[in-house]
Amino acid sequence: MISGMLLEFEKISRSFGGVRALSGVSFGVQAATIHGLIGPNGSGKTTLMNVVSGLSGADAGRLLFDGRPIHRLRPHRIAALGVARTFQNIRLFSGMSCLENVIAGQHLMGARPLFQRLFRLRSANLAEMKSLADARACLSKAGIAGRESAPAGSLSYGERRRLEIARAMALKPRLLLLDEPIAGMRLREIEEMESLFRSLVASGVTILLIEHNMPFVMRLCHSITVLHFGETVMTGTPGEVAEHPEVIEAYLGGKGERNEG
Amino acid sequence: MKLPADLPAGAASRADRGLAIRLRRRAAEVVALSEFFAVYGSLINFAGLNALLALSLYVPLSAGQLSLGNAAFAGIGAYVSALLTMRLNVPFPMSVAAGGCLAAAVAMAIGAPVLRIKGIFLAMATLAFGEVVRICAVNLSITGGAEGLIGIPNKTTAVMIYGALAATAYFLTALRWSQTGWSFASIREDETAAMVMGINTTRYKNVAFILGAFIAGIAGGLYAHLNFIITPAEFGFSAEVQLLIYNIVGGTRSVFGPIVGALILTAIPEALRAAGVTAGPLRLGVNGLILLLVILYLPNGLSSLFAKKR
Ligand SMILES: Nc1ncnc2c1ncn2[C@@H]1O[C@H](COP(=O)(O)OP(=O)(O)OP(=O)(O)O)[C@@H](O)[C@H]1O
Ligand SMILES: [Mg+2]
Repeated sequence: MISGMLLEFEKISRSFGGVRALSGVSFGVQAATIHGLIGPNGSGKTTLMNVVSGLSGADAGRLLFDGRPIHRLRPHRIAALGVARTFQNIRLFSGMSCLENVIAGQHLMGARPLFQRLFRLRSANLAEMKSLADARACLSKAGIAGRESAPAGSLSYGERRRLEIARAMALKPRLLLLDEPIAGMRLREIEEMESLFRSLVASGVTILLIEHNMPFVMRLCHSITVLHFGETVMTGTPGEVAEHPEVIEAYLGGKGERNEG
Repeated sequence: MKLPADLPAGAASRADRGLAIRLRRRAAEVVALSEFFAVYGSLINFAGLNALLALSLYVPLSAGQLSLGNAAFAGIGAYVSALLTMRLNVPFPMSVAAGGCLAAAVAMAIGAPVLRIKGIFLAMATLAFGEVVRICAVNLSITGGAEGLIGIPNKTTAVMIYGALAATAYFLTALRWSQTGWSFASIREDETAAMVMGINTTRYKNVAFILGAFIAGIAGGLYAHLNFIITPAEFGFSAEVQLLIYNIVGGTRSVFGPIVGALILTAIPEALRAAGVTAGPLRLGVNGLILLLVILYLPNGLSSLFAKKR
């Protein structure tokens, strides 16, 4: 184990029928940094994120979180280690309000015992106040404090993405996986997200970020891994990546083709 | 209760006369209430039991699991408790509790394989389970075959039924704000999102299924000791669907939805009978119409009418 690496992919492969979504992907994510994951549509970025969160098993290879193999764990076990995520196609609890979404996201924080509730003990109230305060803090960090009681289904696209990030933060994660978090956001929102991600990293959180917006990736990420047809083209600093001829050809050149998946 | 005629003769002062009138009125009320109960007592009892059964289905529904096996769990509770009181002279409360526990145990056994299935296929699998239970009851000799069990001692009272209903409703309301309740709600909204936020979805789906079966089993035991006779047919397909209809009509966004749905749909046919509508199909047709209107115009059920006003 290389010291300082929070997440290490070792020759991770995954196929869907005949499609090799990932073949022998290896790289490491330094703790308390923002690591970018870029590549053309269908290059396996989301699949890789699914492997990390346990939604998709790896056919071969190893995945280490904080030095510990996690590729055989079920999703809730991986979450319990401190891994939270958002989804490319946003998965909110649309029947709940914004505040309720975040409270639901506090599952691993505990402190919602039935017994106290049943007998209306004071501790139930105290626990509830704390959970409410925490949830409000997450909402305001994500910049949607004003929409507390709005049904999640009624939010604008950018607000939905931010609510999903707020819900992921409720878990107080060590590693945050963000799948195209600023897709569909307006410029001002993008700037807010940028400072949010920076402050999270400053507080010790590690972020693995999938994003098609190259200027955003280039100015925010400490290091970047480029995927192409399920293989790692390279891992390096934004400067190195921008100069790599294969990257320019494979990805930066094809910028116009991006779409929402 | 003393009748008004027996009031003290010396009630001469105005105050006393006022008291006498009030007492007379009160006595009349009590008489009216007991008459009402004599006529509608069984309706009141059955409405309460239906509400309890509706709640038993509400639990898995609140965790997003469409189970159609709860009438069968009620059947298990009914047969087990009835047999315990009749054959082994087990005290009534204990036999009802045992019925609930056995229903829960069966749910625990079948939950592991069945809850891997999702949506409409889960509904079909639990329905098939219900058929198996019914066929067992028809073919076993201990359950009395198709004729069922006859001569179950009448022990259940309205107080017990409504006590159980109130306790269950209170428990489920408290549960809603607990770790378990939030997990149920998260799974119902989006199972994948629930998983990655650390919820052991398999475990909580099983908890919901087992808890629902337990409540159904208790309701079944109370039903058996109310009714003198139970038959396998009562716990079959149409009963399963009936429970689902209570939930759809009342709504499953709160504990009160299924209760309201069950009370209204049980009472309406009887109210219509009292109003002189004697044709059976017409009376049940009104319930069908209500179901249709709710599905079309109130996706969250009748209880959303009250929620909106607040
Ligand atoms: N569940 C699945 N079943 C079958 N094929 C899949 C599945 N998930 C992904 N794939 C395939 O794996 C490949 C990689 O998909 P993936 O979603 O990981 O790409 P991506 O890099 O996230 O693309 P995008 O930028 O469009 O989001 C694609 O060819 C896709 O069709
Ligand atoms: Mg993707």
